[in-house]
Amino acid sequence: MSDASIQPQAQIGEAGFGDYFALLKPRVMSLVVFTAFVGLMAAPVPVHPMIGFCAILFIAVGGGASGALNMWWDSDIDRIMRRTRNRPIPSGRVERGEALGLGIALSGFSVVMLALAANILAGALLAFTIFFYVVVYSMWLKRSTPQNIVIGGLAGAFPPLIGWVAATGEMAIEPWLMVALTFMWTPPHFWALALFMRSDYDDAGVPMLTVTHGRRATRIHILVYTVLLAALAVGMGFTSIGGPVYLAVAVVLNLLFLLGALRIARRDEADSEADNFAVERRFFKLSLLYLFLHFGAILAEAMLKPWGLGGWA
Amino acid sequence: MSLKPLHEIHHRRFGRNLGLGLVLAAFVAIVFGLTIAKVTSGDFQASMSQMEQK
Repeated sequence: MSDASIQPQAQIGEAGFGDYFALLKPRVMSLVVFTAFVGLMAAPVPVHPMIGFCAILFIAVGGGASGALNMWWDSDIDRIMRRTRNRPIPSGRVERGEALGLGIALSGFSVVMLALAANILAGALLAFTIFFYVVVYSMWLKRSTPQNIVIGGLAGAFPPLIGWVAATGEMAIEPWLMVALTFMWTPPHFWALALFMRSDYDDAGVPMLTVTHGRRATRIHILVYTVLLAALAVGMGFTSIGGPVYLAVAVVLNLLFLLGALRIARRDEADSEADNFAVERRFFKLSLLYLFLHFGAILAEAMLKPWGLGGWA
Repeated sequence: MSLKPLHEIHHRRFGRNLGLGLVLAAFVAIVFGLTIAKVTSGDFQASMSQMEQK
């Protein structure tokens, strides 16, 4: 094979290892790993460290697989949006078929391995999560309804439940509360992003709330969801996964979050344009910290329990 | 010493092969570790006692 025959292939189809890894959406994967880990640790059952490690790893691989399948399906709109145009497929580093193959292979692999490492229910929940994210959210809701991220956010909320079930082998109310927390957090988080990413979703024709109902309605929606989220988040402090540490963290964070949502609701487009969406950007950054610290506090309560300090007992 | 200077594409291909190799090696180690953990934590004791009864 001469160098002349190699040269054209360098443009496409010769991706590096990092390009395939980027298909798995590593940043989303880190959130999946963390929340699944908290779900596993908050479960009232001791887990062998190796089995716990493998469960988290396979949940992460499953999350990555659904990310690759999402990039395969959405490559046409990823090409249009500024935020996503450097992803491996739209930038031409990886072909669509490769992402599809990798996504399907890793989906099957992660589900089977999680079922073997932990239990069948955990494997089934992971399979359902991948199905929900790829088919229900990416293929169906994302391009057809402004409620796309509200319902689709459920897929991203499942990891703590899978972590809990991997440890216990059964359902309980507590992991569903953790699911509800992430589920209620997703809309204000994404709508704040949609407010300051402005034309991205319009250009791609994705019916985000900002496009279909206008930016004023989006601001009100952020406030309404934040009020409901705050009630849930603080209320969780009085359940068996909560405790004084969690409650203190939740009260402070939810006050800040409510204040941010209130500021967003009060502003109009002229205010936002004047400071380049500073309040919306701050709210988005706070939302990342919000979820991390809530789950961190649940983890702290679980870690303190062996010393008789965690929880209310 | 290579006869021709390596093209950037060869470096990329090597990186990909090395990455895949390391992933496969890690998978072997994980399955081995998981097997040891399962055997020593008593997951298989129930099925062994069933076999003994037969």
